[in-house]
Amino acid sequence: MSKQLTVRYFAMFREHAGIDGETVQLEAGTAADVFHALKSRHGSSEPLGHCKVAINDEMADWDSPVSDGDVILLFPPVAGG
Amino acid sequence: MMKMTTGRIDPEDLRAELLDTAAGAFVGFEGWIRNENEGQQVLRLEYESYVPLAISEGDKVIAEAAARYPVLHARCVHRSGMLELGECAVWVGVSSAHRDEAFKACRYIIDQVKLRLPIWKKEYYTSGDSGWVNCERCASHGLSHASETA
Repeated sequence: MSKQLTVRYFAMFREHAGIDGETVQLEAGTAADVFHALKSRHGSSEPLGHCKVAINDEMADWDSPVSDGDVILLFPPVAGG
Repeated sequence: MMKMTTGRIDPEDLRAELLDTAAGAFVGFEGWIRNENEGQQVLRLEYESYVPLAISEGDKVIAEAAARYPVLHARCVHRSGMLELGECAVWVGVSSAHRDEAFKACRYIIDQVKLRLPIWKKEYYTSGDSGWVNCERCASHGLSHASETA
């Protein structure tokens, strides 16, 4: 089933996409499905395993389910410190 | 307690917050902006973060450190925005009754902060180029550290 999701991009993902976020309509069951769909759309080459995801301001796993109306935060490899 | 700031980090002020007459040890770590990374001459660094989750995840890391090691107080402060060479980008401080737990807790906090918090840094080089740092060496260290204590 198609879901409406708000996606936000950070750091290199924002630069690749050229936008800091968008509302998308996707056939996505999990956070990983969202990542792969948008990776091909925006041409990022970063492997999923190096990245992190949050759903509605909570850190999540890539196999976490996504629901209609969720806000998905896609984090490229972090580099604090 | 985790804090994100765009202002200058003052280690002396932060250290004073951890004073406790029950403490026999204090360990502090400061991460500074270095002029070189992987053969590139660095001019400055720009930190970007997603503050709500940087704070909540940082608070989790500090709580984990306090659960693993009997510390009295622990704090971490991380900068965001543009930083010049030599500036302090991250500060971790731990006070405890004895030094061993303060060293271990401080190490745990900085390793996990680098591994888990949604913070990114962009290096600006003398060549005119710039680039986001993936920090894979830090991540691999943090993973091995996590597996040791799991």
